[in-house]
Amino acid sequence: MTDMQTQTLFGTDADINILMNKRKRTGMIWQAVFLFSTTLAIIFLLLLLLSVIDSSFGYVALRNEVEPSSLIEGKALIKEFSRTELESTAMDNLSSGILRRVESEKPIAQRSDHDLVSLLEQYVIKPKVLKTWGLWDSLTNTRAVEEYSRTESDSYLTFKSWINAEFFVADQSADPLHAGIRTAFLGSLWIILITFLFSFPIGVGAAIYLQEYAQDNRLNRILQLNIFNLSAVPSIIYGLLGLAVFVRAMQGFTSGSMFSSLSDATANGRTILSGGLTLGLLVLPIIIINTQEALKAVPASLRMSSYGIGATKWQTIWYQVLPASGERILTGTILALSRALGETAPLVVIGASTFISVDPTGVFSKFTTLPIQIYQWSARPQGAYRNLAGAAIIALLILLIIMNSAAIYTRDRLSKKKRLES
Amino acid sequence: MHERSLHPFGKRKRIHERIIETILFLFAMLSILITVSIAFILIKESYLFFSDPDVRLLDFLTGKKWQPMIGLFGFLPLLNATLTTSLIAMVVGIPLGLFVAIYLSEYASDRIRGILKPTLEVLAGIPTIVYGYFALTFMTPLLRSVFGEANVEIYNTASAGLVIGILVLPMIATMAEDAIGAVPQELRLASYALGGTRIETTFEVVIPASLSGLSATFLLALSRAIGETMIVALASGAGPKLTANPFEAAETITGYIVRISGGDVSYNSIDYNSIFALGLILFIITFTLNLTSRKISSLFHQEYD
Repeated sequence: MTDMQTQTLFGTDADINILMNKRKRTGMIWQAVFLFSTTLAIIFLLLLLLSVIDSSFGYVALRNEVEPSSLIEGKALIKEFSRTELESTAMDNLSSGILRRVESEKPIAQRSDHDLVSLLEQYVIKPKVLKTWGLWDSLTNTRAVEEYSRTESDSYLTFKSWINAEFFVADQSADPLHAGIRTAFLGSLWIILITFLFSFPIGVGAAIYLQEYAQDNRLNRILQLNIFNLSAVPSIIYGLLGLAVFVRAMQGFTSGSMFSSLSDATANGRTILSGGLTLGLLVLPIIIINTQEALKAVPASLRMSSYGIGATKWQTIWYQVLPASGERILTGTILALSRALGETAPLVVIGASTFISVDPTGVFSKFTTLPIQIYQWSARPQGAYRNLAGAAIIALLILLIIMNSAAIYTRDRLSKKKRLES
Repeated sequence: MHERSLHPFGKRKRIHERIIETILFLFAMLSILITVSIAFILIKESYLFFSDPDVRLLDFLTGKKWQPMIGLFGFLPLLNATLTTSLIAMVVGIPLGLFVAIYLSEYASDRIRGILKPTLEVLAGIPTIVYGYFALTFMTPLLRSVFGEANVEIYNTASAGLVIGILVLPMIATMAEDAIGAVPQELRLASYALGGTRIETTFEVVIPASLSGLSATFLLALSRAIGETMIVALASGAGPKLTANPFEAAETITGYIVRISGGDVSYNSIDYNSIFALGLILFIITFTLNLTSRKISSLFHQEYD
């Protein structure tokens, strides 16, 4: 072997080296591409969260309709008003209609200072939003913000956190400074409750049939295929189904006019009941699939031992299989419900109310939900509503995080129990 | 399955057991009822739509203008916008999702996978309305600053399409990873033994072997993109328009349905019936895609089981 330049099938050694380096390089380049793609996916998630946070905080340029100094001489801010000054300005400046309504709710003299301040702000001083900035602009571009405030006469700047205590308890308002999500939040909770009550028993029941009873025949294979198909049907189609069936065909039932004493004549079938049932149909296939997975995880030996001591099929399911898979079923259900919580399109299609300031009182009430509220606010061109939408998204995400943590907690408790057993 | 014979008293099966089984069976049958109801209602309302003297099926399928106010019902503009957004979404979502899946299953260490997979789950669990908001407040301004405000309208299909791509990315990544992970390890080892590098093994052995699973994933993602509603409702604009320019506003099928039904439409009007006709088309497209995807992936399961 003296000649190193051996001719092989692939050329000389030098050729092979070049080829090997090329192959190695290709591998490195592709690995970089894969890593880049993965990083990109994470960056998208971060950008998504940052853009929401960005619009939830920031400077607001305001202009008062009535300056506080014109109400009480020498006081530029309403916060500086004394108790008696607050009471007298309220008595003197509120229009008689508002004053009568306010007094009948709670007399001025008994209201707290804070209450009076917000009353005066809302009805007398009436600050108007001129322009809003996101958090990023507020921090990095302060000069432009101040410049704007200087050029607009009588305007002043405040740094506002759009997500605050009032935001959670206030109802929808035409004034972005005082708008909140209480009505939407309660609407979401009501809807989820109906969705759960409808889809949980039926979903788990169907899953038990498919997993424990069903034999491998044509009908059951079709059932299974159909459930997978339903889980991938676009949610807007469920909205059309709900519109035709619950809102229109079953109007008597869903509007409550069948039970006349409870009826809410204005809702005409576009009620919480219709919304909850529609989302119930939407999550039903997901709950069935998740529950089937949970049932599959129960070892066959458990069933066999139960039969062995003489239990019937149903006794085995009720006393052995369901307790053994209960936590998994619950986890799957919570995940399905959190999907329902974020659904918007089907509820818009069945005609959720766009503007209501009355809290839902029962299943026959009109409703709006958090995602619909976000949709409404995002769709408005004025800047301040975008900020409100951002704050509402944070509220929705917090709610989803709580639900998912609950799901993870149940899952972890399950694995801990399993570990103790083994 | 045949527990009856295991029971000493099996012959007289208890009556309430039968009742329970029947009830559970009916619950399962409810899912068939849902599918049938969807089909029945969409077909019934569409029939009313097409029997309207203003609407002709041929004009519906080939007409280039959708203006219900003046009796023009050509659905090509809506279909075109839906296809534009979905196509853009696939161009973004498929390569990125596939690359993430390859990285996760072939390259990442267990520790990194442990961080990445929950991140993808978070991304998948965010409601679509939030993605819509993202399209409107981040993607559109970004596109406008890159390509110039004169070229990019405030509402445009490009922004919606790109964000739908991000929406389907975690779904594609998770399902594609399952498909790739199902390829037997022996195939990879055989490729290494023949001198293949890791990347050659991935592209010439693993990917072809999981091709049916991957195509099933892509079809499902396409179906998801076509049916996506809130992102296009917020970002791609109101008003049907037949345009090939993704920087122009154009309303999609789903966007139209949401806009019309959101405005308290009265029953038995042509508007009310039209959203069901469009719903029927949407249902047929997505149902076919889902069914095909399902068929392909069941074939794929037979390959290695």
